[in-house]
Amino acid sequence: MAGTDDILIRMEKVEKYYGNFHAMRDVNLTVRRGEKIVLCGPSGSGKSTLIRCINHLEAIRSGRIVVDGTELTDNPQAIDTIRREVGMVFQQFNLFPHMTVLENCMLAPLRVRKVSRAEAEATARKYLDRVRIGNQAEKYPAQLSGGQQQRVAIARALCMEPIAMLFDEPTSALDPEMVKEVLDTMIGLANDGMTMICVTHEMGFARQVADRVIFMAEGQILEENQPDAFFRNPRHERTRAFLGEILAHH
Amino acid sequence: MIGPQELAFLGRGLMWTLALTAIGFTGGIVFGFLVALARVSPLKWLRWIAAGWIAVFQGTPLLMQLFVVYFGLPLLGFSPPAWGAVAVALTAHASAFLGEIWRGAIQAVPGGQTEAAHALGLGYRARMRDVILPQALRLSLPATIGFLVQLLKGTSLAAIVGFIELTRAGQIVSNQTFKPLLVFGLIGLIYFLLCWPLSRLGRRMELRLAAATAR
Repeated sequence: MAGTDDILIRMEKVEKYYGNFHAMRDVNLTVRRGEKIVLCGPSGSGKSTLIRCINHLEAIRSGRIVVDGTELTDNPQAIDTIRREVGMVFQQFNLFPHMTVLENCMLAPLRVRKVSRAEAEATARKYLDRVRIGNQAEKYPAQLSGGQQQRVAIARALCMEPIAMLFDEPTSALDPEMVKEVLDTMIGLANDGMTMICVTHEMGFARQVADRVIFMAEGQILEENQPDAFFRNPRHERTRAFLGEILAHH
Repeated sequence: MIGPQELAFLGRGLMWTLALTAIGFTGGIVFGFLVALARVSPLKWLRWIAAGWIAVFQGTPLLMQLFVVYFGLPLLGFSPPAWGAVAVALTAHASAFLGEIWRGAIQAVPGGQTEAAHALGLGYRARMRDVILPQALRLSLPATIGFLVQLLKGTSLAAIVGFIELTRAGQIVSNQTFKPLLVFGLIGLIYFLLCWPLSRLGRRMELRLAAATAR
């Protein structure tokens, strides 16, 4: 297994349809352990779909997805194994509104990892402190700002101690003044060596932490490169047009 | 005149009305819960059975359901007392209606909640028990209380199969005292005093829920 061991996520020839809509075309992607990847592209390009396939929130038509040696099939056990190991953060936070911040963070370790309450609480407090929101642990999500909620969502995913994190436009639903606190949290996570795939239009974040930036359009990966080269010298016409538009807004 | 004896008779009828409501509602909660789970099950055949059950009970009058159970159970070799037959019919009726109410509430919980639960690796039980059902229950409370009111009034149909609940007790007293307007006025008042506060409670919950979701 030496040599392949540092490949954490591998997608091969993945095809995905929604009805007749061809959402992903021949997607091939390998993510090494500790690698940070930023996925960008126009809306409807398939970038969210791509990461949602990795933890089987979406089923693929054909191709292979292997996460940390486990091949993702329709087998519920394979799906569960991968979901336990891969954390996800959503655009709309998707915190559980009827539970406190602390309970949100404790639920999965309690039910899935079957740890004791004391251990689940200790883990939850550790990660809530880490996203600098430990003092809000007893509050309900609705009592927090959007940025705070998203940081709780990050902590909730971290409580499962995942080997990789997927971010699906984590700052798109936030008021501008809250974007930075979430990005700072993500940067901290990246600096600690977490493997991350981030769907985001935050190009400053991409420059700062990404090992690779991937551009998608119409379900295909059109180009990928190190951030410097990607921004300075985009090869594809579509990439140039996209970057022109997105950077004009920032 | 309506004397203490008549009032006591009506009181016993009232007790039976409350008892039938309680039995039907309790049974309806238990079986309705199963119907709702079946209705949103990943298994197609289970969804179909639940959908059929709901369609039958929503598509026929409660009175007919009472008749079918009352006359049907003996044909199947069961001979329950009248209250037993009525309780079975009310339970089946309530399970279909509550099942449908809760099906709607489960599906009204935003899809992101299920996705977040999936993404955390939660299995079916934890997903339902910890994430979906507590939220669905809250959403469904106004409609559930609304149905409780319907059910309470619906128990009056048991009078037709000869069961002496409040309405049937009223008929009997009315026949004895020749004061139908007074007797049925009194009985109407009793139903109203039971149902109206419940309706108010349901309405208040609905408003509170609307305020909470408008946030």
